[in-house]
Amino acid sequence: MITSEPEIEALLAPLTMDEDRVTARLHARLAAAAERDGVLDIAYRTLDTPVGTLLLAVTGQGLVKVAYGRQDHDQVLAELASAVSPRILRVPRRLDEASRQLGEYFEGRRTLFELPLDLRLASGFRRSVLAVLPGIGYGHTWSYAQVAAAAGNPRAVRAAGSACGANPLPIVVPCHRVVRSDGSPGGYVGGADVKRTLLGLESAA
Amino acid sequence: MKPFEEIVAQHGPVVLRVCRAMLGPADAEDAWSETFLSALKAYPDLSHDANVEAWLVTIAHRKAIDSARARARRPVAVGELPERAGTLGRPEDWNGDLWAAVGALPERQRAAVAYHHLAGLPYQEVASIIGGNADAARRAAADGIKKLRETYAPAVTGAGEGNQ
Repeated sequence: MITSEPEIEALLAPLTMDEDRVTARLHARLAAAAERDGVLDIAYRTLDTPVGTLLLAVTGQGLVKVAYGRQDHDQVLAELASAVSPRILRVPRRLDEASRQLGEYFEGRRTLFELPLDLRLASGFRRSVLAVLPGIGYGHTWSYAQVAAAAGNPRAVRAAGSACGANPLPIVVPCHRVVRSDGSPGGYVGGADVKRTLLGLESAA
Repeated sequence: MKPFEEIVAQHGPVVLRVCRAMLGPADAEDAWSETFLSALKAYPDLSHDANVEAWLVTIAHRKAIDSARARARRPVAVGELPERAGTLGRPEDWNGDLWAAVGALPERQRAAVAYHHLAGLPYQEVASIIGGNADAARRAAADGIKKLRETYAPAVTGAGEGNQ
C-alpha cells in the first residue's frame, strides 16, 4: 500500500492480500507465454556447486554465460541486458540440462560437456581462443603459449591470457586447463583457488 | 536497462493490485499476464528515463478496460466479484464486501482510486492514464473514496473483530 493518508490506507488494506504468492505463480505463466511468443531472449538461474553459486544464462542458441559469485550476478545480468537483450527472466527449467551436466562434472562423472553454446559475447581473437579450449582434454593442461599458437597467433600469449580471463563460459569452456609455462596455475575468472579445485577434481577422477 | 526480471519483481505486486481493483481478483490474473507480456515485448524500446511504474499501469489500464468490455459483452455474467476465496489462499483475508464496493464504483473513480491510492501514482500521472487533468483525477479519487466509505466502511466501523 503506497497511499499516504492512513485512514484511506486502512480502508483499502484488504485489497492487497497475498500479492507475492500470486505474483510468483503469474511469473511462471509469463515465462511460458514469453517463450511461446518468442520474446524470452535470455533465461537464467543460479546453481549451487562446490565452487560457489553459479549464474547460468541461455539464449535461443545455447548457453551464453556462466558466472561465478565473485563476478556479482546482478552486474552480470545488467551486462547481458545491454550486450544481448533486456528481455531476461529467471526460468530455471530452461537450464535443467546444463545444470545436470555441471552436477555430473562436479561429481567426477562427466569429462565433456555436450551443450549448445552461444559464443556471441566473445569476438575476434578471443573467440578463436575459446574455439581451441575444448580441445584440451579433461585432466590435461596447456600453457598460454600453446593456446596462442593453436588459436593462430603464437606471439599473442598475453592476449590468450586475457581471452581466458574474459571467457564468458568458464568450466564449460575449460579455460581452467590453461596454466603458466612453469606449471603454476595462473589467474582465473573464478579465483586462483577455484582453478586449483577444478584441476584437482580432474586429476583425481 | 534493467533485466526485465527486475521489472517484474519490483512492479509485479503493484500491477496485480491495480488489476484486481479494476477487474476483481479472478479476471485480474489474465490482465496481469497480458500486461507483462505486452510490456516484455515493448521493453527494449522503452525510453531510459521513462517512469516504469506509470508505463506498466498505463498498459494494465488498457488491458483492464478491454477485459471489462469483453466481460460486458458475454451473455452470462461470469467473474462478477465471485466468491473466490478458495483460489486466493487464506480465506480469512477475503473481504467480499470491500471487493464488491470497489467493483460497484464507476470505472473512472475506481481507476483514480487504484492508480493513486493503490499504485501511488501522482494525480498528474493518473490523469494522463484516465484522461482529463490532475484536478479532475483528484476529484474522481476523492469521490471514489467517499463512495467506498458510504457503501463499505460502515460495516467495519468500530469492529475490532468479526469484520468478515
